[in-house]
Amino acid sequence: MTLLAVLRATLAKDLRLEWRSKDAINAMLFFSLLVVVIFSFAFEPTAEESRRIAGGLVWVAFLFAASVVLNQTWARELHNHVLDAYRVSPAPANSLFLAKAFGNFMFMIVLEALMTPLFIAFYRLRAVGPAWELLPIAILGTWALVVNGTFFAAISLRTRSREVMLPLLLFPISVPALLGMVNATTAVLTGEESSRFWITLLVAYDVVFTIACLLLFETILEAE
Amino acid sequence: MPEPHPNSDAPPTVITNGVIKQFGRFAALRGVTAEFAAGRLYVILGDNGAGKTTLLRTIAGLAQPTRGSISVLGAKEIKTVCSQIGYMAHPSLLYDEMSGMENLRYFAELYGIHDDAANSTCREAITSVKLDPELNRPVGQYSQGMRQRMSLARALLNDPKLLLLDEPFSNVDFHSAQEMAGLLAQMRDHEKTLLVVTHQPGLLESVADEFIWMNSGKIVDRTSKLRAGSQ
Repeated sequence: MTLLAVLRATLAKDLRLEWRSKDAINAMLFFSLLVVVIFSFAFEPTAEESRRIAGGLVWVAFLFAASVVLNQTWARELHNHVLDAYRVSPAPANSLFLAKAFGNFMFMIVLEALMTPLFIAFYRLRAVGPAWELLPIAILGTWALVVNGTFFAAISLRTRSREVMLPLLLFPISVPALLGMVNATTAVLTGEESSRFWITLLVAYDVVFTIACLLLFETILEAE
Repeated sequence: MPEPHPNSDAPPTVITNGVIKQFGRFAALRGVTAEFAAGRLYVILGDNGAGKTTLLRTIAGLAQPTRGSISVLGAKEIKTVCSQIGYMAHPSLLYDEMSGMENLRYFAELYGIHDDAANSTCREAITSVKLDPELNRPVGQYSQGMRQRMSLARALLNDPKLLLLDEPFSNVDFHSAQEMAGLLAQMRDHEKTLLVVTHQPGLLESVADEFIWMNSGKIVDRTSKLRAGSQ
């Protein structure tokens, strides 16, 4: 049995379940929408100010939205103890982890695609720097959030207050990635400096944490 | 005593040696030493909290013994033989939002059964528990008894040599439970080893090879006949 076959089956199953319930995507959308609207009314920034603060606003909104989907993705496996059926099977642990991470990545990318036009409209955003760089920043930043988030959501799975536990574990460890995302986005929007250093930081962060999560996930899955 | 089974010379399917399982200070299993021979049907009995479910979970590899050792199908590392174990728990282990067939197709993939083979295997498993493979309703809308039977079908998917069943008859009507008991007897006749935890031992009285009595985390008795009044 290959890692890829189980990964594909698990990812397809998760997408099917989300398509039927739309629990995670709806919760993320409403949450992000609220952040956009509330902050735009609270600050009423000029175009210049918007370029300076938008990077932080966008990524903080996505970080909080991510914690919604991350909890949701594992909650499904707890209901009816379905995770035990996976644990007693010969399927590789990392197939489950990667399927969850890819699923969360896809949900986040959909959310970002839907929210970006709203951010642009509400904050009158226009990139002064090379706008194409926002694409790799979005991909690397989103993966940084979901790879750790999926892992820490699995750790907090069996704790009583997992909704509280996940942000407590995830947010501190995401600080370097968040710095990278925010500064890279701000650099592109303002055009005042190069985003290269921050993009490199994101690449390094993604590689290190993806490998660490893959190495440790089986231990987490088998923990009682 | 039951008739000597044709496979009685085969090595035991499961050997537990002084297995202790503690949850914090509470010991759910207190030194369980037992052998379960191949091709036999064992019924595990005992009051709530006797350690029956913990014993099954430990044999399935879902819980690690705090002390002692377990050998399943000749392997100390249960993960290496898990493709030959079928496990049915008290919860259904099924996704409520998917149909029975969709559930089984997914779990078949976990056992490396793909495409047409998966289709026919899933149909066979669903039909064997007297459910309709074409039933398109989500499992969450099944009756408790149907869910229980679908859960048994999931455990049978990989054609396991060892079947661990926790309360397979709970919430199942008498007629269906009798049919399920007949199916379990057939599986035993096909050289599979079955460990069945149940509070309805009467359903398996005529087909079980041995009744194992547990109390406070220990095996206290093994009998070939059901004691009077224990049904």
